[in-house]
Order: sequence, then structure tokens, then C-alpha cells
Amino acid sequence: MEFFKQVKNGLFKENPTFVIMLGICPTLATTTTVKNAFFMALAATAVLICSNAIISLARKSFPKEIRIPCFVVVIASFVTMVDLMMNAFAPEAVVKALGIFIPLIVVNCIILGRAEAYAAKNGALNSIGDGIGIGGGFMLALLLIATIREILGNGSFWETPITMAFSPQASALVKPVSVMTLAPGAFLLLGTMFAFFKWRKMRKQEALAQTLVAAAAPWEVGPEKKKEPAGEAGPAGR
Amino acid sequence: MELLYIIVGLVFVNNFVLAQFLGLCPFIGVSKKTSDAFGMGLAVTFVMAMASFFTFAINEFFIRAGSQNVFYSLAGTTGFADAQKFILKNGLGEVLTTGVFILVIAGFVQFIELVIRKVSRPLYDALGIYLPLITTNCTVLGVALLNMKQIQPGGSWAEMSFGEGLVWATLSGLFAGVGFSMVMLLMSGIRERLAVSRLPRAFQGVPIAFICTGIMALAFLGFTGMVGGLKANLG
Repeated sequence: MEFFKQVKNGLFKENPTFVIMLGICPTLATTTTVKNAFFMALAATAVLICSNAIISLARKSFPKEIRIPCFVVVIASFVTMVDLMMNAFAPEAVVKALGIFIPLIVVNCIILGRAEAYAAKNGALNSIGDGIGIGGGFMLALLLIATIREILGNGSFWETPITMAFSPQASALVKPVSVMTLAPGAFLLLGTMFAFFKWRKMRKQEALAQTLVAAAAPWEVGPEKKKEPAGEAGPAGR
Repeated sequence: MELLYIIVGLVFVNNFVLAQFLGLCPFIGVSKKTSDAFGMGLAVTFVMAMASFFTFAINEFFIRAGSQNVFYSLAGTTGFADAQKFILKNGLGEVLTTGVFILVIAGFVQFIELVIRKVSRPLYDALGIYLPLITTNCTVLGVALLNMKQIQPGGSWAEMSFGEGLVWATLSGLFAGVGFSMVMLLMSGIRERLAVSRLPRAFQGVPIAFICTGIMALAFLGFTGMVGGLKANLG
């Protein structure tokens, strides 16, 4: 069950974009439309799963001093394979929009980071699970950012205009905020999202701290503290 | 004059960090102190210029199609005529570009690390972990790949000879690095001020850095028409 634990881990608890904050370059560059983001995340996930599997299977045979270049060779082979497959099967507009970011997956910190932190130390099945989880988390993050950027910046989703769905008059009145599809919008959006997730984390930590304080020292919890959770504070607290 | 357009283009209009989204990890990670940012910027600029030089040369002599390819002469002397014809027409194929480039860059950074360690130990200690991390920096591989795009048919250097192309490639790497360092220095100045100002707790650290980057990117958008304007007025 370690496999499923790793999958779930990568999706939320160690989400590569919002928690570990790796791989920001492709996150911002490829999320101009949901279609581009989807194919980018697909490519990165494919490389991650394959490289995690191979590195984990061969982990005992890498000399410790040059293990990073060895990882890079493995990852570069898979990136080349994925690059060729994308050129063959993905829509041409997507490949052109993604540009150099497909070959740049080879220096994506997520893949090298997971290889170093997990695949080099764990079994093949669990490493594949980690790859699926982290790749899935990357996909979720990319799709979330791309959805906001495309809807606000282009008035479309997956390149179909959605303002038309409301009424022809609406699409004449509502003009998209095109800065969102350009560079500044990406930075501003990402900064705001990081702030949001940090705020949520702080709230959870504060709630947890309140619980612990209420359980250990009930006299410390004042009457005006409305946000203490009902769990342990009930019988021990006020 | 062409040089001016390239400089303006790489440093301002298509700035590697603010417009092309390359090199964001060290940008956010290293730009907290101006001295760190300066050292990192110098190191990255040097690696980018040299990496562009070496990758361009290696592409020309080992990968690209044509009779200048080393394998062409090798296949000739060993008598593989079909291989020779293939290399004349196709080269080794662009599939090898990614792998070969990243190995060249990794080797070069390793070499630089040894040189700096011998020549100036204090600098080596100051850069610390960030020196080997330049290998995984998107900017270095990014500028090498962008140079490759320029020599494809349809790029700006498609008609140039090898020597000319090599010079432009190296200058390209150099000025892209200059643009990266400039933005990192600007960012470090801003972050040093932000560190002592009052901010909502959720925004402190990385979030406000990204928002400031966004505002800077917005400002740099103003440079968009500059190359065309310069060409119209000076060229």
C-alpha cells in the first residue's frame, strides 16, 4: 500500500508546484491555454514515471560520486523519446507553443529532485507510484493555473470560446484581460496562489496549535476565542 | 548595429526571466541578498556564454548534416560509404541534441568548479551549492537550444557561415546572461527592502517576490516594440 500512499502524497501533500515549489519555469511558460498545459504535464509525467522506474531499478549500480550525471543521462534519453512522440502525435500548434520546454524537461528540478530524493532510495513499484503521484500533482497544478489564465485572459477553455455560451451580447461586452496570458499575469497569479496556500497552511497550523493549547492548558484558552475546534477542547476546555 | 538589436532584444525585450520564464528557480532562490545575486549572476553569465560557444561548435562538427561533420570524414576513412551519404544528408539527427548538450554543460560546469576551487577558494566557498546547480538551470540549456533554433531554416542566422554563427551564438549567450543577472540584481534590491517592510503574513517571502516579479514583467512589456523602433530609426 506504499504505492497508493506515494500516489496520494504527490497529489496534495507534496504537490510539486505549490508545496515543494519546483519546476516553476514550465509551470508559467506553458499554462497559456489548458491544452498546452495538459500536454506539457502529460509529457513531464511520462518522463517522471519512466525515469523513476529505471533509476530505482538500477539504483545499486550508480557510483555515488557521479550519480547525478548518470540520472541526467537516463532522464535525457526519456526526454528525447517523449520529444519525438510529441512531435509525432500531439497537435502541431501545441508542439509549437511548447517550443523548447519539452527538451527543457531534462533540467526540470522536479524530475531530478524526485530521482535523487526518492527513486534512488526506494523500490521500483513505489517509485512508479511516486512518479504517478507527483506527475498527477503537477498536472493538477498546471490545469488549475491554465484554467484561470485562459478563462480570464482569453475568454476560452481548451480553445473554445466560452463567453459565447452566455449570449452574443455578452461576448461583445466582456473583453478578456489579455495580460493574464502574457508574462506578468502569470507571475501575479502564481504569487497570489502561493499566498492563498500559505494562508490556508497557516490557518490549519493555528487551529492545530489551538487544539494542543486547549488540551494541555485549558486556562490559556480565553472566552473570546471562537475558532477553537470542538474536538479535544470539549471535555478539557471551556 | 545588428549587435545593438541583439543586445536590446535579449536584455530587455525578450528578457530570459521576465519574458521567457527561464531561470526562475535560482531567481527566486538566490535573489535574497545582493552579494549572492551578483556572484550568481556572474557565474551564470560566464557559463551561458561558454556553453553557447561549445554547444554551437559541437553541433556544427558532430551533429549537423554536411561534410564538415567529423563523422563524415570518419566514415570516409573507414570505408562506410552509405553512412557517409547519410551523414551528408541528415547528420546525426536532432534527437541527440538534448542529451549531448546537457552532458556538455554538465561537464563544463564540473570543470569550472574545479578551476574556481583552484584559483579562488573564497569565491568557491561563497557560491557553495549554487555552482553545481547551474547545470540544472533552465537558462543555460535554454540559450543553447534557442541558438539551435536560429540556425534552422527560417531563423535569423540560417544564412550565416559557421564562424559568424559561432560569434553570434556566444554573444547571444553572454547577453542573455547579462539580462538574467540584471533582473536578479534588481530583484535582490527589492527583496532586501521587502524583508524589512510590513506585509500580511501569507504574502511574506515567495508570494510577494512573485508579485513584484509580475509588476517588473509588466514594466518590461513596455519594451516590446523597441527593436522594431530602433531598426526603423537607426537602421
